[in-house]
Amino acid sequence: MSVQPMDLKLHVWRQAHGKAEGRFVTYDARGISPEMSFLEMLDVVNEGLIERGEEPIAFDHDCREGICGTCGMVINGVPHGPRRATTVCQLHMRSFRHGDEISIEPWRATAFPVVKDLVVDRSAFDAIIAAGGFISAPTGSAPDGNAIPVPKENAELAMDAAACIGCGACVAACPNASAMLFVSAKAAHLNLLPQGQPEKESRALNMVEAMDAAGFGTCTNHRECEATCPKEISIAFIARLNRDYLKAVFTSGRRKAKSGDSAG
Amino acid sequence: MELRSSVPDGPIERKWDKHRFDMKLVNPANKRKYTIIVVGSGLAGASASATMAELGYNVLCFCYQDSPRRAHSIAAQGGINAAKNYQNDGDSVFRLFYDTVKGGDFRAREANVYRLAQVSTNIIDQCVAQGVPFAREYGGSLANRSFGGAQVSRTFYARGQTGQQLLLGAYQALERQIGLGKVKMYTRHEMLEPVLVEGRAQGIVTRDMVTGAIESWAADAVILATGGYGNVFYLATYAKGCNATAIWRAYKKGAAFGNPCYTQIHPTCIPVHGDYQSKLTLMSESLRNDGRVWVPKLAGDTRPPSQIPEAERDYYLERKYPSFGNLAPRDISSRAAKQVCDEGRGVGDSRLGVYLDFADAIKRLGEGVIREKYGNLFEMYERITDENPYQVPMRIYPASHYTMGGLWVDYNLMSTIPGLHVIGEANFSDHGANRLGASALMQGLADGYFIVPYTIGHYLASTPQTRVGSDHPEFKKSEAEARARVDRLMAVKGKHTVDSFHRELGKIMWEHCGMARNRKGLEAALQKIPALREQYWKDVTVLGDPAGLNQSLEKAGRVADFLDLGELMCLDALEREESCGGHFREEYQTPDGEALRDDDKFCHVAAWEYQGEGSRPKRHVEPLRFENVHLAQRSYK
Repeated sequence: MSVQPMDLKLHVWRQAHGKAEGRFVTYDARGISPEMSFLEMLDVVNEGLIERGEEPIAFDHDCREGICGTCGMVINGVPHGPRRATTVCQLHMRSFRHGDEISIEPWRATAFPVVKDLVVDRSAFDAIIAAGGFISAPTGSAPDGNAIPVPKENAELAMDAAACIGCGACVAACPNASAMLFVSAKAAHLNLLPQGQPEKESRALNMVEAMDAAGFGTCTNHRECEATCPKEISIAFIARLNRDYLKAVFTSGRRKAKSGDSAG
Repeated sequence: MELRSSVPDGPIERKWDKHRFDMKLVNPANKRKYTIIVVGSGLAGASASATMAELGYNVLCFCYQDSPRRAHSIAAQGGINAAKNYQNDGDSVFRLFYDTVKGGDFRAREANVYRLAQVSTNIIDQCVAQGVPFAREYGGSLANRSFGGAQVSRTFYARGQTGQQLLLGAYQALERQIGLGKVKMYTRHEMLEPVLVEGRAQGIVTRDMVTGAIESWAADAVILATGGYGNVFYLATYAKGCNATAIWRAYKKGAAFGNPCYTQIHPTCIPVHGDYQSKLTLMSESLRNDGRVWVPKLAGDTRPPSQIPEAERDYYLERKYPSFGNLAPRDISSRAAKQVCDEGRGVGDSRLGVYLDFADAIKRLGEGVIREKYGNLFEMYERITDENPYQVPMRIYPASHYTMGGLWVDYNLMSTIPGLHVIGEANFSDHGANRLGASALMQGLADGYFIVPYTIGHYLASTPQTRVGSDHPEFKKSEAEARARVDRLMAVKGKHTVDSFHRELGKIMWEHCGMARNRKGLEAALQKIPALREQYWKDVTVLGDPAGLNQSLEKAGRVADFLDLGELMCLDALEREESCGGHFREEYQTPDGEALRDDDKFCHVAAWEYQGEGSRPKRHVEPLRFENVHLAQRSYK
């Protein structure tokens, strides 16, 4: 393991606010330990900027342990950077070499407008959940937990889908800026469980409608989302949502997607 | 200030039922006439917001994150306790109550803890109904595991992501109410001041973190669900944004602060590896079910673990606490790790670490079983340390993880400010001086789903509705205070970054008010903190525009409050001349180094009342009575 400090050149997207014009600004990052996380490297750069009287780079982050889904930036063209199944807060500088040039950009998607620098607005995801990404179970109305047996395989598959952290990397990776991986994972988690059956059809229809309304693109099977997802959510969930959606369209006579025969 | 706990009389198992009957109700048709503010959208805040909206109240919910789903409850790994007794191993409401009171080292209010154990079973039912994908047995029933400080398997879990899954359940319920228009959600909003009109909480002042706008919001009651203050240590397992500003501002306006010195230092975190480090990462306590904790017997032994023979290893938890072994409670395990490191037997480059070894478990169960149980935790460890825990033992060390202290609340979860309720980690109520594993999720959801939605109705029904608008002079006054503070921070224009001060404060707190405390150290901290604070207000630098997204400004306000709160923690730790749970005063210990309580003098809650800038806060006392669990020295041997 190399513990030699590294010097790097960063090309960082700076944008004062949503309506301002953005541009890349180059910064030197010197004496970076390979043991640092990527965000700790940015902290060090920011400390240096502040000491020189320059405004630090704004980026979203919170838990810094790969679970809250707050952080996200495109590093050398790849959302969350080069390491598979890793959020940027869990990416460590040992993935880079002395002398590397690194470009750092925000998620790019119409539905995720830039707020400042690397910070984007992902509230479109919340709107999709509000439209149908839930089971209506008012507090107090629940039967005993073991009254609803769930086959282990279903529980495990639902858990695979539920592992989505809502970071939006799938959208950033997709050439169409489609949110199908996110939406399908959220829908599948609930549609796979017996508790989710009563609202299965309306869930599929309403979530897809909200997704389209938010301005996300269509899925054309590039599979970039799956490759970049820090929780390795499978695109098999997209097929599942397409099936649930189509079935709902036929049985409900309601069709809410703007175009195309499938949900995405 | 009078501390009225409002605990109902009668036998403990009847108190909550009786209270539910005695509480006044708000007519279903009248609920829509009330507005309630909830600050925070973690397990407590999201569950309370959703449930109150379902009941018919109008709810305004605020969070500093970009989405309510990101609150730090999401990071809880291990599980949630409930007295379901699904494993038929002798669990009961009384046993969960007993374990929690004992685990808290007899410094929690019995009636609150009993109620927590009672509603624990409803929580699991509620979460299952929402679709939380708990682990299951092959027959389809819910699976359980055991956790520290208990000898029954009562912990429900969802891989290593229990917090995330429970939060998603509450968040989805919240989003449903947002969709129905019953909750208005304000993300990227930070509360800067509570607003009191005629002594009652009637609203808040916030800063819109995107536009910088300082705004007022009026309501009939306010609920703080803003989490704990463990980031006072700088390095902690908390999310970077977690802060004490909401509860600290409430304290300054008259809410008593309960037991500020009770902090939890969690035994199993990845050790510190450099000065630039921004946070510490927890490795779930559930790992102690299968991992064995050890250090070399010899001080200064720098051999790699594989070359240290069995006979030269000290499995110190198993040796010292044979009946609980590696599952000894957190405070005890953390202190034991500190002791062996102080003896020079720590491991890793910094020598501040102990091994958590899975070799035996892998031999016994096979790597596949271990992978299924802990796979994501092992991956996370490898990502951070570049070491493979299937092959070499993990290195762990204690880190700030939770705060048992918080705003003082009565049995109704109301603070000493009428109308201001405090739920989840932000209050002081249920964990005493040490929290057991898998109890935080339980408490957050108990408060939010099943307690505050009832008690808030009682408050509203027993208080004349004298709703004021946000144009009331008290709102204008609070807005002016909030603006003045922002202006003051921007105006310092010093040379040093906010983080550099925070790091310095963290060092002082860790050294003097961390895992072990003593009079001399606490007195030194009480000199150092005010000096650092003075320097802060002279030399901190906050660049950029306050009228827009400004992350330095956000941090600056929070660190200013931590600088005040750190001092109160040290004061509380100094005054509490005993050891209990996570509060270990070196002067007060048993011959074998265990915490030595002084029940004659300190069997009480210390609740501090703010007395104005520069004045010593006043210490009030709520005596604790143990009528159902006999006061005894804890033993896990």
